[in-house]
Amino acid sequence: MKLLINGKTEPLKQTCISVSELLQVKNVEHPEAVSVQVNKEFVSRTDFDSTLLNDNDEVDFLYFMGGGTY
Amino acid sequence: MIIINRKIIEEILTHGLNELPIEACGYLAGKNNRVYKYFPMKNIDNSKDHFSLDPQEQFEVLRQAGTSGFHLLAIYHTHPETPARPSEEDINLAYDSEISYVIASVQTHDVKSYKIQEGKVIPEKLIIED
Repeated sequence: MKLLINGKTEPLKQTCISVSELLQVKNVEHPEAVSVQVNKEFVSRTDFDSTLLNDNDEVDFLYFMGGGTY
Repeated sequence: MIIINRKIIEEILTHGLNELPIEACGYLAGKNNRVYKYFPMKNIDNSKDHFSLDPQEQFEVLRQAGTSGFHLLAIYHTHPETPARPSEEDINLAYDSEISYVIASVQTHDVKSYKIQEGKVIPEKLIIED
């Protein structure tokens, strides 16, 4: 299957993959701190396991970004 | 190493001054370690001690950068009253080991860049180009 991941088309050997599995494939170190959009719609973290991706889906993921002074 | 044009450095510091007393934040986008575009963003914490980016705005900036052929190279934020080095909270919340963390001190006008990997702060060479 092919996915558009963070703007880049990437072929995957899997024919079916969930958001959780994709984050593993992409070596995401802290999936608990990642926001995901599939076809520009947010996917709740509780749905990462159950959300299956389709060929040519657009998947974007980004780490939470925050910090502080102290 | 990260290369940033002096004009963008000045824009970051101006953003920091304009947002006082709260912290300012945003992304820096480019390619091949060179920043071409700066994206001032909203600090949804609206705090002088904390910042968080709005996830929706993060995705919008990701796509805007992508349409220009750029990647998100760095996240920047300002420290209104403290030096340009990662705080304990910055380190604890640094989940992305690949992105550069650019910190600007509004007080000293110092701007520095770091990688933060598994809780370790690694100073990164920042080249400011005219």
